[in-house]
Amino acid sequence: MISSSLFEVLSFGAGGWGAALLKAALTTTALSIAGFAAGAVLGGLAAFARLSGGALGAALADGYGTLFRGVPDLLTIYLLYFGGSVGLTVVSHWLGGQGFVGLPAFATGVAALAIISGAYQAEVYRGAYLAIHRGELEAARAFGMPHPTMLRRIIAPQLLRYALPGLGNVWQLVLKDSALVSVTGLVELMRQAQVGAGSTRQPFVFYCSAAALYLIIALLTGALFRRAERRSLRGVRIA
Amino acid sequence: MIGDLALDQAGTATRDRPAAVIVEDLHKSFGPIEVLKGVSLRAAQGEVVSILGSSGSGKSTLLRCLNLLETPGRGAITIGDETLRFAPDRKGRLQRPDRKQVERLRRSAAMVFQSFNLWSHMTILENVIEAPVHVLKRPRLECVAEAEALLAKVGLAERRHYYPAHLSGGQQQRAAIARALAMHPKVLLFDEPTSALDPELVGEVLRVMRSLADEGRTMLVVTHEMAFARDVSSRVLFVHDGRVEEEGAPAAIFANPKSERLRQFLSRTRTAG
Ligand SMILES: Nc1ncnc2c1ncn2[C@@H]1O[C@H](COP(=O)(O)OP(=O)(O)OP(=O)(O)O)[C@@H](O)[C@H]1O
Ligand SMILES: [Mg+2]
Repeated sequence: MISSSLFEVLSFGAGGWGAALLKAALTTTALSIAGFAAGAVLGGLAAFARLSGGALGAALADGYGTLFRGVPDLLTIYLLYFGGSVGLTVVSHWLGGQGFVGLPAFATGVAALAIISGAYQAEVYRGAYLAIHRGELEAARAFGMPHPTMLRRIIAPQLLRYALPGLGNVWQLVLKDSALVSVTGLVELMRQAQVGAGSTRQPFVFYCSAAALYLIIALLTGALFRRAERRSLRGVRIA
Repeated sequence: MIGDLALDQAGTATRDRPAAVIVEDLHKSFGPIEVLKGVSLRAAQGEVVSILGSSGSGKSTLLRCLNLLETPGRGAITIGDETLRFAPDRKGRLQRPDRKQVERLRRSAAMVFQSFNLWSHMTILENVIEAPVHVLKRPRLECVAEAEALLAKVGLAERRHYYPAHLSGGQQQRAAIARALAMHPKVLLFDEPTSALDPELVGEVLRVMRSLADEGRTMLVVTHEMAFARDVSSRVLFVHDGRVEEEGAPAAIFANPKSERLRQFLSRTRTAG
């Protein structure tokens, strides 16, 4: 009676894993959104540093991008979590504490996804800025537009237009990378599926459910990105 | 004879009006290369000054200096009652003029570019109201009403909700002219406004510019359109190698060029056109 046991295992009632899986899916979504958003800030800063010409800033931003796009994402997460935890433990020993102190898993996950996705987002923003037609910026200057106004009215909307397709890709990467954060013990979708698989001995059911949930998240958010893209493409001639 | 006399009197009358633009001894270098070597000019209110010259003579640089897209190394620019003076500092470096003053000067000298440079993420109506609303901080509704009138005047009333990419080059340039007019500038600067256009679209833009001249707008026009320079402008400037080589009424310039270089230039453009 596979179908009835499947129904029981994934049910939302007592003994069912439905609610836990859904909650984990929400954690995954929240983790990814927070990581992506913080990565946007990091990536924006790195792109600005590379474009605005300061030699030291450009070199730092360049190094940041090369490092975190080159090192495997899982390794970055390990380094951040265990490195941070070791540091925290040392500090706590100084202060008279005992034992191993772990970093808060959710915050570490957000930081890791931010650092990783920021390295990719920087490239996207830089390319998008370079794609803006110089003459349009010159026209803004020629009309006496102050720089902050120009940033808000001319640069930002066009930057977004050129960046959105690339950002959509980075978002998919972040969503998938969020599963790696399970190594820190954070109960997001991947971790919850592992736990369920282990305790019911029905790994196939749990991993399929997790895959379906990841796919649903990806499809829904992908639709949002496509809508934003369509909006931003108003006024662009489709060749 | 009588016709000539009337024209002459009209010409003198325009010249006697107060100046809209005064340029004194303007110098500009890019690195070691001096592109403007002391240019002076005066445009009275309502005057249309055509600026001719061969490629690389410094025409665009002159116009770009006038609304400070380039910072001159030396000299002075007066537009309306605002004067900016430029001089190298003690170490011979460019001195950045005061930002507020630069922005004020730019608002009173509106530029029309060869490649239109309309903001591609906005409809042409939005393009026209953008600077009045967000730079001059005028009420939006008032700006929209005025923009619609300006777009009607350049023949684009029906297209006001189109994006630039969906318009022809001639239409884009006319929209760019409306965008410049919306600033109520003291002078309009045109840098080869028809050079990027297909030949059959040149006429519609020149017609709009002609009507602006008839309204008595002050215009400085860098152009290769000899007919426009001859028929529409009140004065013609011939720039050669960073200097004003010759200057005068269009009739005199075209019928009776004094310098050898202007003669060569005119014969080249005549055989070419
Ligand atoms: N930003 C710049 N950096 C270096 N050199 C420049 C720059 N802008 C212009 N020049 C040089 O200055 C000289 C004059 O250029 P300018 O564009 O003013 O000529 P122009 O008279 O407008 O020519 P055209 O008819 O081809 O438009 C040219 O030799 C050009 O190479
Ligand atoms: Mg030029």
